[in-house]
Amino acid sequence: MHLVYPAVLAALLFSIGLYGVLARRNAVLVLISVELMLNAVNLNLVAFDVWLRDTLRAGQSLTLFTIAVAAAEIGIGLAIVLQVYRNRAGSNVDELRDLAEPPPTPTGAGAGSDAAEADADKAEAAA
Amino acid sequence: MSTTTLAVLVPLLPALGAVAGLAAGRRAPGFVRPLAVLPTLTAAVLAVVVAVRQGGRAPLTAATELTPTGNAALPVELALQLDGTAVLVAVLVGTVATCVQLYSTGYLRDDPRYASYAALVSLFTAAMLLVVYSDDLIVLLVGWEVMGICSYFLVGHYWETSAARAASLKAFLVTKLGDVPFLIGILALGSEAGTFRISTIVTRLTSSLADFQLDHPTVIALLLLAGVAGKSAQFPLHTWLPDAMAGPTAVSALIHAATMVAAGVYFVARLLPVFTASAAALVVLALLAAVTMAGSALAALAQDDIKRVLAYSTIGQLGYLAGALAVDNRGAAIFHLLSHGAFKALLFLAAGVLIHAAGTGSLTAMARAGGTARRVPDVYWTLTIGLLALAAVPPFSGFFSKEAVLGAAEHTALDPAAGIPAAAGWIVLVAGLLTAALTAAYATRLWLLACRGEAAVPPAAAPAPAPAGAAAEPAPEPARTSAARTGGSHAVTAPAGSLDAGTPDTEDAAAPEPGATEAVALAAADGTTVPSAEAALDTGRDPGPERGHPHQPPVMTLVLWVLAVPSLAFGLFYDWLPHWLGGGSLGPTLVTSVLATGAAAAGAAVTWAAWRHAVTYGSVDPGPALLGRLHRGAVDGFRVDALYQRAFVTPVQGAARLVRFLDREVVDAYVRGAGTATGWLGRAVRLAQTGNVQTYLSALLAASVVLVLAVVLAGA
Repeated sequence: MHLVYPAVLAALLFSIGLYGVLARRNAVLVLISVELMLNAVNLNLVAFDVWLRDTLRAGQSLTLFTIAVAAAEIGIGLAIVLQVYRNRAGSNVDELRDLAEPPPTPTGAGAGSDAAEADADKAEAAA
Repeated sequence: MSTTTLAVLVPLLPALGAVAGLAAGRRAPGFVRPLAVLPTLTAAVLAVVVAVRQGGRAPLTAATELTPTGNAALPVELALQLDGTAVLVAVLVGTVATCVQLYSTGYLRDDPRYASYAALVSLFTAAMLLVVYSDDLIVLLVGWEVMGICSYFLVGHYWETSAARAASLKAFLVTKLGDVPFLIGILALGSEAGTFRISTIVTRLTSSLADFQLDHPTVIALLLLAGVAGKSAQFPLHTWLPDAMAGPTAVSALIHAATMVAAGVYFVARLLPVFTASAAALVVLALLAAVTMAGSALAALAQDDIKRVLAYSTIGQLGYLAGALAVDNRGAAIFHLLSHGAFKALLFLAAGVLIHAAGTGSLTAMARAGGTARRVPDVYWTLTIGLLALAAVPPFSGFFSKEAVLGAAEHTALDPAAGIPAAAGWIVLVAGLLTAALTAAYATRLWLLACRGEAAVPPAAAPAPAPAGAAAEPAPEPARTSAARTGGSHAVTAPAGSLDAGTPDTEDAAAPEPGATEAVALAAADGTTVPSAEAALDTGRDPGPERGHPHQPPVMTLVLWVLAVPSLAFGLFYDWLPHWLGGGSLGPTLVTSVLATGAAAAGAAVTWAAWRHAVTYGSVDPGPALLGRLHRGAVDGFRVDALYQRAFVTPVQGAARLVRFLDREVVDAYVRGAGTATGWLGRAVRLAQTGNVQTYLSALLAASVVLVLAVVLAGA
């Protein structure tokens, strides 16, 4: 089999994953998109391993390693998403902005950040 | 103990006393007075013992190396030289310092800072004795500078008043202005002569065998003269001395009359061969002395504050000393130094008691209050003795010493010795005779105003129990008449006129007296005039111990009489002094005696006549009538202070403002700008912190793409 098929397929998978990570609002779908990207990499690793006829099978062993890391990652990620959903009744990524820089206010910093949060929530609700 | 050991103890004891006094001051107040008086008294006694043992014979010298200087041939040595001059001046210093310490126990008995004051006076005494005994120029300079800093602290003793603060700074800065060239001169002299030992330098210069000459005698002499002019308050560096009267009167007596100001002249006397090596330096010294003498005597005639009169008088008498040295007569200079030290200390201490008693330093106010002879008879008599000595009336000490100076000047003018310019003799002689008349005039004026005031007051108003009441009641009448006479333009009458316009509030004991207001008003009219600290304290405070003392501590009057003895009789030793001081006879010569005494008598008579005239017109002060057009200038010390203000103070302040502007607006702008720019940059970067993770990742992707493209394109 020519190398171009798996390579193109991997590129397509990676692009779909990239789009999903950057554009989807649902945290679960973002995690799925990350999995897509990882698997595109796995496909590349296996395909090049075969094409290069590597005697140590480094590509295949690295693939197994990636699968293990991906399993751990998705476990932690889903646990976080679950907690976020329970705490906030929603898991949209663009609503999780607690680490944003609050706009400078003349009043005290603590009250200012709370007010800014409330403002942001209202704006999103309106949107 | 050997004489040298005793001589070492003389400066050492007051220094130790000063250290102990400073240490004990707060913890053991009971020891402060003994620690102040006893070391100085012991030092004075030891100085007398040293003088008796030395006995005017060949000088004793002793030296031990203090520190190497990097030049093995030029070490700094802790050296003593005990010749007749040194031991006699040390006796004077010790005596006056003891008198001042005793007097201060009474004068400053309620002062909260008496302990540090007494310690500083002791330290000052030690430094002066070191200068007197030292044979090494560098060690002498150490004592010289310690005196300068002690003078700074003591002039600023009443540092609550701005006048005292300004005066102490001025004294320090002006003397330092002279000390910088002085230091350069000492180093130049040391390197040219190959030694810092005064006795060696003098021996080399005077020895007929060695044929040693300085390469640049005029430059060295003029550099040294700058320091001498600063310390001894000679024109043009004399301006600090009248202002230094803001210190306590006892300090004025010690530092600014008898000792520190004499240090400069004493230094010239020790190194006289260096100065006689240059005829130009002698003429400059004579000119300085002449200008100082005549100018200060004129200024003294116009001052209203008794201490300022005495300060200008001191400047003038130091001019006599400098004049005697300009005509190469060390004996006459030291003779006048000794007698002047005694009678000027007496005058200052008497003035202190007078200020204590009257509650004001103003002569006009004293004259209006009157009754000095009745209230403080001891002061009346001792002040009279001191003034007679100052005016050089024949049997008193001032007559003989001033005659010695004038005789030396006449001798140089008519029959100059080799290398001594006759011009210096003429300058000193003419200025000396003129000053003799002026000195008698201001001494007479001082006596008439301070002691004979009741004669000037209309009899109905004269006897009043309280000085303030007596001063305030007669004031409006003479003020009205004199204001009408002079058109109200006169500086002295102006405050009295304002008193007339307002209601004279005699009931309020805290109301400023006419003299005090006069002093304050004069100070307000001209920033260079500083009223005495006593007057400033009186106007600013409730009636306290400083004001209107009916009784003086007996120790103060005792000191006055002790000092009155040498003022009376010291002159009679003129025949015996050349044995100690070297040089020719110091006895009075006929021509100068007749001329100077005649001039003094004329000055006194004219002043008396002017005073009678002024009294009939309702004024008390003969000064304006005597000086005429000169009076305005003389009140301000001929505007030398204003000239310095314009020439030095204003440019320096302008430069300081420029530096402040450059520092605050230019240098600081860069520093502040660095902070502000970083802050703005940080604010801009913070705008990117939206909290949306997907935005960050998009930016990350975009940046990666840009980097990859850059690498690929660069590789292609």
